[in-house]
This record gives sequence, C-alpha cells and structure tokens, in this order.
Amino acid sequence: MSVVVPDVENAAPGAARAMLNTDAAISARGISKSFGEVRALIEVDLDVARGTVLGLLGPNGAGKTTLVRILTTLLRPDSGSAQVAGLDVLGQEARLRERIGLAGQYAAVDENLTGLENLTMVGRLYGSRRSAARVRGQELLGQFDLVDAANRSVKTYSGGMRRRLDLAAALVAKPPVLFLDEPTTGLDPRSRLDLWDVIETLVSEGATVLLTTQYMDEADRLADRISVIDHGRVIAEGTSDELKDRVGGERLEVHLEDSSQAEAAVRALAPMCGDEPAMSDGLVRIGVRQRGGAIIEAVRLLDEADVGVDDIALRRPTLDDVFLALTGHAAEEESLE
Amino acid sequence: MRRLLSDTLVVTERNLIRLPRAPELLIAFTIQPIMFVLLFRYVFGGAIRVPGGSYAEFLLPGIIVQNIAFGGFVTALGLNEDMQKGLIDRFRSLPMSRAAVLAGRTSADVFTNGLSMTILIVTGLVIGFSFQTSALHVIVGLVLALTFGYAFSWVFAFLGLLVKTPEAANSVGFLAVFPLTFISSAFVPGQSLPTPLRQFADVNPFTIIVNELRWLWTGQHSPDQLWQAFAWVVFILVVFSPLAVHRYRRTASR
Repeated sequence: MSVVVPDVENAAPGAARAMLNTDAAISARGISKSFGEVRALIEVDLDVARGTVLGLLGPNGAGKTTLVRILTTLLRPDSGSAQVAGLDVLGQEARLRERIGLAGQYAAVDENLTGLENLTMVGRLYGSRRSAARVRGQELLGQFDLVDAANRSVKTYSGGMRRRLDLAAALVAKPPVLFLDEPTTGLDPRSRLDLWDVIETLVSEGATVLLTTQYMDEADRLADRISVIDHGRVIAEGTSDELKDRVGGERLEVHLEDSSQAEAAVRALAPMCGDEPAMSDGLVRIGVRQRGGAIIEAVRLLDEADVGVDDIALRRPTLDDVFLALTGHAAEEESLE
Repeated sequence: MRRLLSDTLVVTERNLIRLPRAPELLIAFTIQPIMFVLLFRYVFGGAIRVPGGSYAEFLLPGIIVQNIAFGGFVTALGLNEDMQKGLIDRFRSLPMSRAAVLAGRTSADVFTNGLSMTILIVTGLVIGFSFQTSALHVIVGLVLALTFGYAFSWVFAFLGLLVKTPEAANSVGFLAVFPLTFISSAFVPGQSLPTPLRQFADVNPFTIIVNELRWLWTGQHSPDQLWQAFAWVVFILVVFSPLAVHRYRRTASR
C-alpha cells in the first residue's frame, strides 16, 4: 500500500474520508458493494477503536452481514478500502485471517462431530498441533459451560448451546478482533442473557468486537459505540447516549389523577418546558430543558396549580425512539425478503 | 504445500469420523452396491449375451466403475450442506489452505470408495467373479478404479459448489452420471447398442476405463487403451480441481 500524505489545507471536504484510521482495530472507508441491481452497501465508513465494541445496528437486509463478510475477507468490496488489525482486507487476507474470529448468525459447527471434535478441528486449521488444539478446546468448553456436552454429537445440542460452541470456535486462536454477526438472533431470552454475559467477559479481557444486531437492548447493553445502518448506508454513529440526545433530551412523564386537568398541567409546566407537550388520556409528556431538579420543580409547579399527580418520572429516549426518528421505521420490523 | 497437506488431513478426518454416525450413508456404501450387483446379475444377466466369459465377470468391473463415479456424490452433497449451514464461511475465515476443504472431501471419498469396492468384489466373488490375471494387473486395476473415483469426486466438488441446494446437486449429478455409465460398455457389450449410442459409447471415458479394468482383472480382450484410461483420470483432475478451487474461493454461504 502506498503512503498517502494528506494535504489538509487544500483537501476537499470528502478527501479526508479516504484515509484509513490505522490506530483503529477495524477501519473502513467508502465501502460499496452491489449484488446485481441491489446496492447492499453504499460508501460505508467505520472505525472501531482497539478494545471496544461497535454495535452495527439495523434491520434485516440493511447490509450488516455483507459488511461483516467484506471485513472478514469472505467477500470483495466493489470499491473502498478497509483494514482489520492493521492488515488490508484486499491483499493481506492470509495474515488477516490469523488475527480474527468470526461467529455467524448460523451456528457454523459440524453437527456430526462432538463439541470437542469441532473445537479441535478449528484449532488444527489455525495451525495448532492436535494435542494443543484439544487442550484449548477443553479450556473453551469449560469457559462456555459445555463440559458435560463435550463428547456428545452437536446434533443433540440446544440452540443456545450451538451458539456458545460457535462463539467458542471463533475464540480458538485468541484473536484480537472478533466479528459477531447477530450472535443472539433466534435464541430464547435466557440463552440470550447467558451469551451477553459471555460477550461482556470477552470484552473485559481486551478483545475488539464488531457486533451486528437488530436488537436495541443488545446494542445498548454491549456496545461502546453504535453505528446505525439502513438500506446499505450508515445513517448515524455515536455512543448510545449521543444517539439518544439527537432525538431530544429527557422527557418528563406525568400521570394525572384527573385527566380533565391536562390543560392546567401543561400551563403550569410551561416555564420548564423544552418543546411542544404531548397529552393523551391523563398522561402529559414534555421535553425538559434541564435534568437536574426537574421532578421537584415539576411537582412544585403542579402543586401550586392544584393539579393532582398520580405518578411522575423522567425517561431517557430509548434506542427504539432513535431508530424511529432516524429512519421513519422501527428496527425490528420483519423484512420483506 | 505442507499447510495444504496437514489441513487436508484434518478435513479428511472430519469427513471420515462422521461416517459411523450417519447410518444412511453407511447403507449407501454397503448395502446399495450389493443390491445392484444382485439385481443386474440375476434380473438382466440371463438376457444379456457377452463375448467370452460369464456375465458376472463382465458385470463386476462395470458396476465398480459406476459405483465409484457415484461415490463423489458424498462430496457434492456434503459441500452443499456445508455451504447452507455456514461452515464454508467458517472455513474461509480461517487461515487455512484454500484447497484443503475440497481436497479433504475428495480424499475422504477415496476411503469410502475403497470400502464399497471391497464389498463389491467380495459380493462378486460369491456370485461367480474371479481374478484371472497376475497380482500386478489386479493392483493396477484397483489403482485405476480408485484414481478415477478421486478425479470424479472433483467433478462433483465443482458441481456441489455450483448449485444452490442439495436437491439440485442430486438431480444434476444423476443427469450427468446415469447416461455416462449406461451409454458405455459398463453393463452391455458396446456392439449391441444402436449406432449413434455406440459412437458415443466408443469415446466415453467410462467405456475405456471399464474395458481396461476387464483386461486387467479377467484378461478379456482389450483395445489396449490403458494409457488412455489413465490420461482421462489426469485430464479430469487437471480440468476440474482448479475449477472447483476457483469456485470455492468466490463462494459465500447463504
């Protein structure tokens, strides 16, 4: 790769975007990919700092898996460039593959082998000797609570167990960069929580993770930063809090004892109100200018106006609100494909 | 190169340890060939006249070659299944040799082909087949059959990666293998075929391989095409293994 010295003074606004961030564990610039007429990815930029989790959030068919495939060298982009662990996805594929682990939305394990045989096979394909691969496999089975099932054929595993084994297979070589493509899609709530714990432990040990998901709560809980992707474009990027702030700040929700007092309540709260209040059925919602003291202030104002309050709470906008505001549709809707 | 060998070994082992755990596959390798030998020998055998020797002697090389050609189906179906289940994605994300997944499949086929060939020969010996040549001839014949099967497994590897579903792999495979084996000298003497079919049969590699196996094992008259038989094996390998590997590199699981 040639070294490009950016001419910062004279650069056009778009030119700086072409530079990969070489400090990041994952960096992509201007990645586009089409399948026939379908534009799966359009000029996608992405950076994941070392030791952090990026949540790639979007509905089915948004392009999440295509991006993961490109970053893991399974697919070549039509244009753009990307580096993972400092290695180019085009040209340094072989060395790059030694530094990544991939766990997919299909549990990619061999059903006819036992859990231990699966992990030993993957270890040997990373270049370990059989004995070393077995030891590592046993260690991982312990870590993923699969010791009892180690010598059972994977056919007999539950969905959650398969996902754990799949994740274990991605970790065999202790890769510094992990790609988790919808790791909990299709799992029951209990297995999902288990898997979240496992992922959190991994991250606390220093791995860099790119996690794709269509679940808000998953991104909210696991990701340091979130990129929202829809129809092949990254439409927003930031921490969960930053994204929520884009939709507006805190919202004060007041449940009234008597719904006919709604007008009075809105008048009373007008001095602290940030935007248009919303009223429905004894529930008054207003955006507040300041979080500090908002509840006390509100209760005082309402009390002075003789408005009876049943319940009052400050609520942060959820990522669902964010997604709806950004795209005009919910993230978890069923796709039409 | 060392990487290719060691990775191939790992994948071969993977494909072989699953065998005893998949009873339906074992039936395909053991009972099915026996059934075919018995059906041909006792249903058609009485009606088919062959030059010199018995039908059992005529039949066995033919049915062995047919069986071995079908042996590659395991590769086609297996690769297709690996694709559907995302295993190919996993393999392709590993720092392993690009050809090893396919080479491991086709090598595993050599073992299963060896197994069904053994069963076929034992069955043949029971119904009246016998080797009538030197040990060297017999061994060259075994090598020819197994290497032909290996080469044909690469055809199936390419096919398995080309089509979308195991069902499609199945029907395309049958469409290719059935005419090739039946319009040949595998089950009936080439002379008994109508002219257009005979012309096809004469140049069909299956005819050449089967004729040479007959010569190597029972000493029946041969048009002396042994080098041609091995040339076909090399030709199929040289054409289809790069095609299959190329296809594998660009394949993404669905």
